[in-house]
Amino acid sequence: MSQFNTEKGVQSIFLLIALMSITLLFLIMVFLFLEGLPIFHHVSVKEFIFGQYWYPTDDDPAFGVFPLVIGSFTVAAFAAVLAVPLGIMTAIYIAEIADRRIAEIVKPIVELMASMPSVVIGFFGMVVVSPFLQQTFNIPVGLNLFNAGLMLAFMAIPTICSISEDAIFSVPSAIKEGSYALGATHLETIIKITIPASLSGISTGVILGLSRAIGETMVVLMVAGGAAIIPESLFDPVRPMPSTIAAEMGEAPYHSEHYYALFAVGITLFAFTFLFNLAADYISYKYKQAGEGYS
Amino acid sequence: MSQKISWRRTNFQKIIFSSFSASAVLNGAILILIVYFLVSNGIEAISFDFLTKPPIDSMTRGGILPCIVGTSLLCAVTIITALPIGVASAIYLNEYATKGKLVRIIRMGINNLAGVPSIVFGLFGLAFFCIILKIGVSLLAGGLTLAIMTLPVIIASSEEALKSVSDTYREASLAMGATKWQTIYKVILPAAFPGIITGAILGLSRAAGETAPIMYTGAVFFSPMMPSSPFDAVMALPYHIYVLATAGTNIEATRHLQYGTALVLIALVFGMNLIAIIIRSRVRKKMKI
Amino acid sequence: MKHLIKSIIYLLFTAITASSLMAGELTLKGSTTVLPIAQKCAEAYMAENPDVKITLSGGGSGNGIKAIIDGTADIGNSSRFIKGKEVKLAQSKDIYPVPFRIALDCIAPVVHPSSKVSNLTMDQLKNIYLGNITNWKDVGGKDGKIVVISRDSSSGTFEVWKKLVMHKKRVIPRALTIPSNGAIVQAVAKTPNAIGYVGLGYLTKDIKAVLVNNVKPSEKNTLNGSFPITRPMFMFTNNWPEGETMSFIAFVLSKKGQALVSEAGSIPIF
Repeated sequence: MSQFNTEKGVQSIFLLIALMSITLLFLIMVFLFLEGLPIFHHVSVKEFIFGQYWYPTDDDPAFGVFPLVIGSFTVAAFAAVLAVPLGIMTAIYIAEIADRRIAEIVKPIVELMASMPSVVIGFFGMVVVSPFLQQTFNIPVGLNLFNAGLMLAFMAIPTICSISEDAIFSVPSAIKEGSYALGATHLETIIKITIPASLSGISTGVILGLSRAIGETMVVLMVAGGAAIIPESLFDPVRPMPSTIAAEMGEAPYHSEHYYALFAVGITLFAFTFLFNLAADYISYKYKQAGEGYS
Repeated sequence: MSQKISWRRTNFQKIIFSSFSASAVLNGAILILIVYFLVSNGIEAISFDFLTKPPIDSMTRGGILPCIVGTSLLCAVTIITALPIGVASAIYLNEYATKGKLVRIIRMGINNLAGVPSIVFGLFGLAFFCIILKIGVSLLAGGLTLAIMTLPVIIASSEEALKSVSDTYREASLAMGATKWQTIYKVILPAAFPGIITGAILGLSRAAGETAPIMYTGAVFFSPMMPSSPFDAVMALPYHIYVLATAGTNIEATRHLQYGTALVLIALVFGMNLIAIIIRSRVRKKMKI
Repeated sequence: MKHLIKSIIYLLFTAITASSLMAGELTLKGSTTVLPIAQKCAEAYMAENPDVKITLSGGGSGNGIKAIIDGTADIGNSSRFIKGKEVKLAQSKDIYPVPFRIALDCIAPVVHPSSKVSNLTMDQLKNIYLGNITNWKDVGGKDGKIVVISRDSSSGTFEVWKKLVMHKKRVIPRALTIPSNGAIVQAVAKTPNAIGYVGLGYLTKDIKAVLVNNVKPSEKNTLNGSFPITRPMFMFTNNWPEGETMSFIAFVLSKKGQALVSEAGSIPIF
């Protein structure tokens, strides 16, 4: 009986610890709201979301998050244009085309890409890419949407690639062999059979990669240029949400309007990435990969 | 099917396939390009003094010892807190949990925690650890913030490690009269140990490289002496790179220090990753046999 | 295994603690504008007093003064004087912040060396940054669209610019925002139609400083009050400082300390 009790005890301790992640996630939300919602005593929700101007330190401050949100999305969209095809094509190469030995070399390279510290990528963007862009395109400064998008693409590729690769690799060979037997070439099989079968995994990878691009801080802080405007060209500077928080938090006095506003930007940012993650979670749960039923 | 069409099909396939491999090559090339720039520009900065001396002359000369120590201590705090919690969570999910709503919610929590932007962890750490718990900007607050960020990585890889332990181990142990807890503690954990360590190292490498979570919770601009308690703030490698590259008094003159610091950081991070990759491939080989 | 890790950590900390047991400790927090000065002085001071440990962090003038009120720092760096609201808060906590004026700051407008413009009035500067003047030919230069470069809204330099030049009006959002003096120098040096502003200590031959109302930005003109874009910098302490804090402040205000102030790119007060 006592042994049974210990076992029960051990199990509930593990359960408690396992609940910690969700508790922490909950706590993060609670604190964001606790420190961010007071800003709405100063501005209305509509002004905050659709306000065109971000002048948090003025005597008559303006807390319009709209240009920051647009900044985040344009940078992430540009990153996606580059990262999605590159990531998926690399994934197909690793899973389908390369022979095992080469794949075993390429995969760790992708992992190393993922582990590259963001501050180092930002640094690279500042000292190497920025002067290069300045000279090549004859523009005033190289710190802009284009540069930030390039750097973020580099950060999103590994996420997109490794999740897609897992999905493509796990498509059962029986399906593929069926396709070959009907006379399809390798390429036709990949396009018509393998990719559709692993689409849920690939879209999960794309969503998570984009979520990473939107939430990434140091790169945009260092290379996006920092002007809170709605960009009109690829070479305009932008001020995405994470860089706004990181650049200004140090100078915002505790429990001032500015402090609340930055936490409110944090809520906005969190809300977007949370939606992205929920979507990815939903897709991978709902549309169980073809083949998972076979194994 | 005529010969000509088939020839076209295979040629078309060849072109497309080479574009696939080109994209893989491109990725590798960019990585090599970045590493090459860091190494070629940073290698002159690396010396024994650079690694063992504090910075001097407004950080325009001297070394980065306080940053190396700071980053190592932050990692120590991170792993001491995140590893037990992560492994225990993985044990629950893999050994105890039965499919159901609760597990689904826990998994959703972990997945979403993994997707929280790094600066949001920083905001949380600032509001919760530094201000509410009154720890202040310190090693402890920074390390704990990093620990929360690292937790999902450790849980995921520990779970993978536990999963790879064959059920025959479990059955054998239970058959010999061991309780479930004894089985986990004496049989499963030792068998999964290399996999868990791999996860811990991967988590650590991520914690070592992150800047945003510690900017306002643990790292400071300048503190050349060693920290004397967990409540001291420290200098950290990634934050030091950021400071030197954007806020130094003479940015151009400290370029070689910036490259040098970046080189040390990626050497640290890549080193940890390579160790993890090697351990993992060995474990996987062993499992196959 | 766990015990081993624990004891290693414990040993590590006790070893470090023991080695610094004798040390006096000083914590400085606040304005990033004062940071270079504080850092130079801290280094020189620690070189003279090897048993003293100084920690330095940014966080802005407001946080520097708040740290004094909360007792989380010994010295609060500030690039502005204390506000009435802050004095009241301090008094309610029985704390009496004491200001020490340690240096002056002079901010010079800069343009590309090829520019024909060598003097701008305060009004012209204001209108350029408001976006009302957009072409160099309107202020006596060659025909060309002005590229306006400004600092992050959180920087102390920007605060002065906003107060003294802009009279608290908003800089056009389209202005490039650059995180440091050094980066502004780089950007202006590479952009023929750019205008920016930097602290006096950052002027180099790659950029051209512009006269303001026909007054040259210089140490002399700052001290005699004729250059219009200047401000004092402060270190705040809780009550009249004692012990280590006192001797550090005394060091900053000594001849040696003031020499370091000018090395850091600011203007010494004497």
